[in-house]
Amino acid sequence: MIKTINITLKVWRQKSSDVKGGFVTYHATNISTDMSFLEMLDVVNEQLTLNGKDPIAFDHDCREGICGMCGAVANGRAHGSEKGTTLCQLHMRHFSDQDTIVVEPWRSRAFKLIKDLVVDRSAFDKIIQAGGYISVNTGAAPEANTIPVPQEIAEKAMDAAACIGCGACVASCPNAAAMLFVGGKISQLALLPQGKPEAAQRALSMVRTMDALNFGNCTNERECEAECPKKISITNIARMNREFIKASIVSAVK
Amino acid sequence: MALNANIPGGPLAEKWDRHRFELKLVNPANKKKFNIIVVGTGLAGGSASASLAELGYRVKTFCIQDSPRRAHSIAAQGGINAAKNYTNEGDSIQRLFYDTIKGGDFRAREANVYRLAQISNSIIDQCVAQGVPFARDYGGLLANRSFGGSQVSRTFYTRGQTGQQLLLGVYSALSRQIAAGNVKMFTRREMLDLVVVNGQARGIVARNLITGRIERFAADAVVLATGGYSNVFFLSTNAMASNVSAIYRAYKRGAFFANPCFTQIHPTCIPVHGIYQSKLTLMSESLRNDGRVWVPKNPGDKRPPGQIPEAERDYYLENRYPSFGNLVPRDVASRNAKAQCDMGKGVGKTGLAVYLDFEDAIKTDGEAVIGQKYGNLFQMYEKITASNPYKEPMMIYPAIHYAMGGLWVDYNLMSTIPGLFVLGEANFSDHGANRLGASALMQGLADGYFIIPYTIGGYLAGTALPEVTTDHAAFESVSTEAKDRVARLLAVNGKRTVDDFHRQLGHILWEYCGMSRNEAGLLKAQKLIQELRSEFWQNVIVPGSDKDFNQSLERAGRAADFLEFAELMVIDAHGRKESCGCHLNEAYQTEDNEALRDDKNYSFVAAWEFAGNDKAPHLNEEPLNFENVELTQRSYK
Repeated sequence: MIKTINITLKVWRQKSSDVKGGFVTYHATNISTDMSFLEMLDVVNEQLTLNGKDPIAFDHDCREGICGMCGAVANGRAHGSEKGTTLCQLHMRHFSDQDTIVVEPWRSRAFKLIKDLVVDRSAFDKIIQAGGYISVNTGAAPEANTIPVPQEIAEKAMDAAACIGCGACVASCPNAAAMLFVGGKISQLALLPQGKPEAAQRALSMVRTMDALNFGNCTNERECEAECPKKISITNIARMNREFIKASIVSAVK
Repeated sequence: MALNANIPGGPLAEKWDRHRFELKLVNPANKKKFNIIVVGTGLAGGSASASLAELGYRVKTFCIQDSPRRAHSIAAQGGINAAKNYTNEGDSIQRLFYDTIKGGDFRAREANVYRLAQISNSIIDQCVAQGVPFARDYGGLLANRSFGGSQVSRTFYTRGQTGQQLLLGVYSALSRQIAAGNVKMFTRREMLDLVVVNGQARGIVARNLITGRIERFAADAVVLATGGYSNVFFLSTNAMASNVSAIYRAYKRGAFFANPCFTQIHPTCIPVHGIYQSKLTLMSESLRNDGRVWVPKNPGDKRPPGQIPEAERDYYLENRYPSFGNLVPRDVASRNAKAQCDMGKGVGKTGLAVYLDFEDAIKTDGEAVIGQKYGNLFQMYEKITASNPYKEPMMIYPAIHYAMGGLWVDYNLMSTIPGLFVLGEANFSDHGANRLGASALMQGLADGYFIIPYTIGGYLAGTALPEVTTDHAAFESVSTEAKDRVARLLAVNGKRTVDDFHRQLGHILWEYCGMSRNEAGLLKAQKLIQELRSEFWQNVIVPGSDKDFNQSLERAGRAADFLEFAELMVIDAHGRKESCGCHLNEAYQTEDNEALRDDKNYSFVAAWEFAGNDKAPHLNEEPLNFENVELTQRSYK
């Protein structure tokens, strides 16, 4: 009953950002179709290790699609071609015997390469630090039910908040824009009453930081939405733009 | 050494208030003179870092991932408990306290658990204020659901991603403090050891996972919030990087390790599919509200489920536990599943699975209703297994999920090393021998937001802390030891990979120190672990260099610690000659095969003290006194 396939991998190998990288070919044999993509890489790595070679470096942690740590481009698609799926939840049954899979890291000016498929996404943290929060110290909160939030608004905020910060949006955008990521956070907090007092400052500060960190602009290609493993909608980008314009023109914040 | 839990006097409900009043305060102007190290950025570590920084302390925070947003708290699905009583069902602090201490099978401290229940309400307030998008009712007020067999609805949730949203709330508060310059954040750092100077915790040695450099950090106090050690079993629901190293290293430096054998097994996980499996995925236990658990009556029956007639199915939970049926607690459901598989009645390719069948529920309520309740879980199941639960029964099997044991801490969350505080899953404090659903998130946030900010102040204000810098001899010797260890791992150059050893260790523990334990098995396991450990140091192969991003080396260090720690677990399990919660010693069962406690002789916390490599650890007992609850025997018949 166990189905196995043999595949050829062309994996981007690069020791660090200061040296040149290139594709190296590996043969993954007897791969159970029940394995996840990362388990397939584990198998390849075990073999490389036993042969005295350096295993392929790749980021991963929860392996259930929620931590956002994993991610690579497989055959030109961020996290592979399955919709709404992270690489760790992509199973080998979606590939066929004798397939060749090209595996590359996220490529973007803002994400410096660390090794092989591992990149530095700390620019995302810097954007959140620029205002992706509500300023409330521990202990200063009012009783939770004193702030009613209409159910529909709470659901929309949750849709935007589901982002796992993996960076697939940036990797799949021809302009390497981070607007889906930034739009998600700005939307979540702008929708909720708790986030309104700082909405203008937040929109200005996060968008300016995003620009300063070398992310590109949105030209409505919609690749980010198509590849987002959490199916975050680009309406969040529209909301971000509205918040930014409102803040720039109407608000007193500079 | 006599253990003093420092539980304040007075009536249970007043202890925490009284304690906060009695704790010394650090003058606001002086707080910036104190440096605090926090290791880990999950719910406990992240909330502690943010809250301490808000108070004015200088905080250095470390995490193993590339960003503090990714800690394993993020994977919690179900929800977080609080005693708000929004549903008017008669919930109260007292009831949440009682449910939690009973759920832990009376092996937790009354005072700690009561405080947890008291704090629970403030946590919800704090998270809402941060913008955590909790589920709401139509009127816009917070929604609750019932969870984990509780008789009141007290669980707050954000779809099936409660851990994620709470953690992102914590991460936002932490980010704000990083931006303000009050927290210095160190990502991709792994703590390799604790530095103790004159008996006080004064810093850590960490490895920069990108450059490989061993770095030193000094502080006035160290907070460990490094999570649980379930990955000692190799396969668990934990994230791949979750490990025991930080707390195990602290144990070897003098912190006592409490109840290491208390590990929780979750009954509804997706079964193992092959030897290359890297982790197990949990399916929310809410599925048992409508799913019926069964196996074929006849061992070895390999027919597809649809071809097994009703008369030849064994609905073993319903038959055995007529009043609770499929809703028995996690430990009971798990043990029964294993027992059925051990009898050869397991299903699926490996025979290590049981059915969870929704056919009757779909017949009664219709596919639409069941889809509304469990649609996302069914989808997740289908994604992983390529099988449709609307059409054929799910297959489930128990998996290791949570560690109740951890470093011993007193009421202040301080370990036996002065200045070393331990929060969240990394400590042992609140769940006793079994944790109830939706209380792990509550504990992590209680520790970080609302306990450590006060208790660490009491320590700092009342303690003489001579200046210590990273040039101190203690830092020198600890970092030399850490470097030597790395060099030794790389030098073995044997024939077996780290994962190969780790997987074998997992098999040993699962077999002999898993869902049920017995005397002979535990003794055998101890020997097997010792043999495996010695083979590891002669035959492991760790490729690459120490001056580089080297994930094999990271895993090797963690596995080496697991190989030592596993023995401590087995020793603890062997020493506890009773059954309680998740620790089932086969010699101590009721007639119905339930855990049979021995309150007269084992109502204590087993706190283990390191006595030297290859020496038997020393047992210290902290007696548990129950003044406010009556100890009862659980029954689910």
